[in-house]
Amino acid sequence: MKISKEDIVHVAKLARLELKTEDIEKFSLQIGAILDYVDTLNQIDTKDVIPTSHAIFLRNAFREDEVLKDIDIESVFLNAPEKEDGTFLVPRVIG
Amino acid sequence: MKLHELTISQASNLLKDRQLTSKELTLAVLQQIESVEDRVGAYITMDPDIAIKQAEAADKMLMKGHGSFLTGIPLAIKDLICTKGVRTTCASRMLENFIPTYDATVIRKLKVSGAVLIGKTNMDEFAMGSSTENSGFKITRNPWDLTRIPGGSSGGSAAAVAAEMCLGSLGSDTGGSIRQPASHCGVVGMKPTYGRVSRFGLVAFASSLDQIGPITKDTMDCAILLNSISGYDKMDSTSVPEPVPDYTAFLKYDLKGLVAGIPKEYHSSEGLDSEVAEAVKKAIHTLEDLGIKCVELNLPHTQYAVAAYYIIAPCEASSNLARYDGVRYGYRDKTATGLLEMYMNTRSKGFGPEVQRRIILGTYSLSAGYYDAYYGKASQVRTLIMDDFKKAFKLCDIIVSPVAPAPAFKTGENNDDPLRMYLSDVFTLSANLAGIPGISVPCGFSSEGLPIGLQIMGKHFSEGTILKAAYNFEQATDFHKKKAIL
Repeated sequence: MKISKEDIVHVAKLARLELKTEDIEKFSLQIGAILDYVDTLNQIDTKDVIPTSHAIFLRNAFREDEVLKDIDIESVFLNAPEKEDGTFLVPRVIG
Repeated sequence: MKLHELTISQASNLLKDRQLTSKELTLAVLQQIESVEDRVGAYITMDPDIAIKQAEAADKMLMKGHGSFLTGIPLAIKDLICTKGVRTTCASRMLENFIPTYDATVIRKLKVSGAVLIGKTNMDEFAMGSSTENSGFKITRNPWDLTRIPGGSSGGSAAAVAAEMCLGSLGSDTGGSIRQPASHCGVVGMKPTYGRVSRFGLVAFASSLDQIGPITKDTMDCAILLNSISGYDKMDSTSVPEPVPDYTAFLKYDLKGLVAGIPKEYHSSEGLDSEVAEAVKKAIHTLEDLGIKCVELNLPHTQYAVAAYYIIAPCEASSNLARYDGVRYGYRDKTATGLLEMYMNTRSKGFGPEVQRRIILGTYSLSAGYYDAYYGKASQVRTLIMDDFKKAFKLCDIIVSPVAPAPAFKTGENNDDPLRMYLSDVFTLSANLAGIPGISVPCGFSSEGLPIGLQIMGKHFSEGTILKAAYNFEQATDFHKKKAIL
């Protein structure tokens, strides 16, 4: 097995996902098969090959740090699941 | 000809000559939607009242003689492009009630030009998929055969054009998500060069691969739409300050002297359907008859593109989708009592299975101890794939290949085998890894009457050359004139 059920649960937790029992087994098989397939990359010698993270040459886009009034405060909170007095509410963090 | 059957360029001329109003055109398109949408299922959100208001505004613009090519033209937008005040869901429960407070740059541009935005189209959730079956809301059916998938992830946008429920649409392409559904639905779809079109307001899937592009009934319309959405945008630091030519101007030139590369790896690929191979072969002969010189060449790392892509894209996705935490916008699970539990519940309930699978695959590939073996290795292979194209474009101007290995498959056929689904992206995703532009144009039909697309790829920022080749091919053939019968 390329990726164990324990690994799946661990990685899912890192990604803040909690899987159903049947999905743990299924994902372990499916992701295992994908990783097996990805192993074909090891057939290529990539010693001294510079990795690419971006296909187009980029210049750093420096600009002045200007304050623009694009979006008002009300709009920022328009989609908030819970809000109060200009803040986002979340469940209690410290008991 | 009925009004909804018009192309953008035909409608545009009638609108300018005042032989047609945008309101008449928009109502005809809405009527067509009413008669076929329950069978096709291309749209997630529609607001006919807003569309009619936009049409009336466009008519005023046209009356004053202020119109452009897109003024008064009803267009559909893939539901991952932000539209101010109109729900933008990414076909995900996570964003089911998300109403953007701003327009994406492409939407702002379309609005300035006076286009009518008719609705938001269905897609695979967060653009992850090749069949639109991963939508969190519903499936979309292929207008050519309702038992089949329209392709994906921009399946709703392609089906809406094929079923004439809009005159053109916008999709996004991260690994083939414009070109493959265009091919399956018998319409034209282009993925522009990375950086050609601003991604500001495009919900991110894999930021180094994503690009917005047009899906249209023909190549002329593709050029018109590309003219309107292209260009540098200070709101997208990865957009490129390259001048935007008038893409329609390229279409008047013939193809004499143009050299097309025929990559062996794409034409002898295992799993390539014989009817697709035959249609593409005939298309190459047509191009030769039009004066193109064809040369065989190699893109030797093609066989590794799927593996590299399905590490890189999930890695970027796992990072991009970390933002959905139920705090600032989107779905939140309200049953949780603590913060961590809220995160876990929100993400587990908000994301569908394919999205979760890719987040886990990406998180694993980026995690300590595996980063070099997976993400690092895939990024090096990406360099080799780019070098293949660089070498190839020293020998040719364009590269011609199939879009998808087979015509549209049956709904449900590949549901439980993600790897098999991923392998169907073999011909399209290299263009995303290399950032080059590519188009799909109709080039034939299978014996079952399913559309087959021809892919034409080019160097960075050579959209004009690609469109010229596609246009000449289209003028020499009739495939784009055949319509899906619903």
